[in-house]
Amino acid sequence: MGVDQYHEPPAELSAETRTFARLSASLTEESEAIGWYAQRLALESDPEARAIMRDAQGEEFKHFCMDLEFLLRKTPVWREIAQGILFQAGNIVEHGEAAEAAAEGGGSHGPAGGTDRSPDGSVSLGIGSLKERLA
Amino acid sequence: MNHLLRSLAPITDATWSVLDREATDHLVPALGARRLVDFSGPHGWQHSATNLGRTTPLTADPAVGVTAAQRKVLPLIELRSAFRVARAELADLERGALEVNLADLDEAARCIASAENTAIFAGFAPAGITGIAQASPHAPIPLGGECEHYPAQVAKAAEVLLRAGIAGPYGIALSPADYTRVVETTEHGGYPIFEHLSRILGGPIVRVPGLGGAVVLSLRGGDFLFESGQDLSVGFERSGDTHVHFYLEESFSFRVTTPEAALVLPAPHTLRVGG
Repeated sequence: MGVDQYHEPPAELSAETRTFARLSASLTEESEAIGWYAQRLALESDPEARAIMRDAQGEEFKHFCMDLEFLLRKTPVWREIAQGILFQAGNIVEHGEAAEAAAEGGGSHGPAGGTDRSPDGSVSLGIGSLKERLA
Repeated sequence: MNHLLRSLAPITDATWSVLDREATDHLVPALGARRLVDFSGPHGWQHSATNLGRTTPLTADPAVGVTAAQRKVLPLIELRSAFRVARAELADLERGALEVNLADLDEAARCIASAENTAIFAGFAPAGITGIAQASPHAPIPLGGECEHYPAQVAKAAEVLLRAGIAGPYGIALSPADYTRVVETTEHGGYPIFEHLSRILGGPIVRVPGLGGAVVLSLRGGDFLFESGQDLSVGFERSGDTHVHFYLEESFSFRVTTPEAALVLPAPHTLRVGG
């Protein structure tokens, strides 16, 4: 069983965190595939082969977006930053800095925002389930 | 800024860390019920209700040839327990003092944990929560007399659940007084009651503040569902001249989907289970 997406002992992670890690790994894989198809399309001259690759790359675009949307729904602070950057005209770096500052000002993460340990970004002490720890 | 208003409190990040750690240290051992039920979430502060998957037919039709039904949901409840810390203590904390007086925080943690345990086992009617002990259809088996009798009574409870088709492993929730008795007592021959109960149940023996008596329940999963909106958090309320006021807060719903998966063993002096 592949557990490479975990950097901590899987048995000590909550089910939510394991799901979050799986989708994060999937997001990476889809992004890599998009890049690979971009390279292949840059060199391939056969029209039929290019059409197949474009179609395949479109699938990866879809997969990447679905993974990303799932992760953003589970992580409000990530979503908040993404909303300040994605689909905005203008300077991407400036939007990124502004979105980050706005999110930090909201106190929704970091020491002043709680000791959140869950992937959904909620501000709490992170106690969660205690049943799993005894299992 | 979120509704906890933590960034408005006149304390540093380091002090917040101390308060959070102190709260966690006192909450975790007191949240006994969470060791025995399924936990879902946290789904966030804006999560307001649990989907029950059922509808109530509406008697009035909105239009000719059109019927209507309304979804049934279980609204989450919000629990809050206030505490305060003296400004002088907070100042000492910043100086590096190790023994600061956080007794009010400790008491707030004890209170909100006990309230959560009670809602799970005894229910909380104003919020529409039916507790595990309330829901159980089995005839109670009173915890009788001496602690040495507990293994026989618990074995009988496990047998009742098994006959009802409820698989184990099983766990037992004990009142703090009964838990202490179990830990302290040995049977004739010196075998610890705690070990004997563990072998019978196959699951944990849990001290549950707020509970009276005991409840044996299945831990197979899917029978007792705790849904967390906002998990336990520390928020800032206001600053006073001599104290800073905070609170512990959470939101959750609880429901029993398999009432027969638990059996009540009431304490002999109360013959009831509850807060």
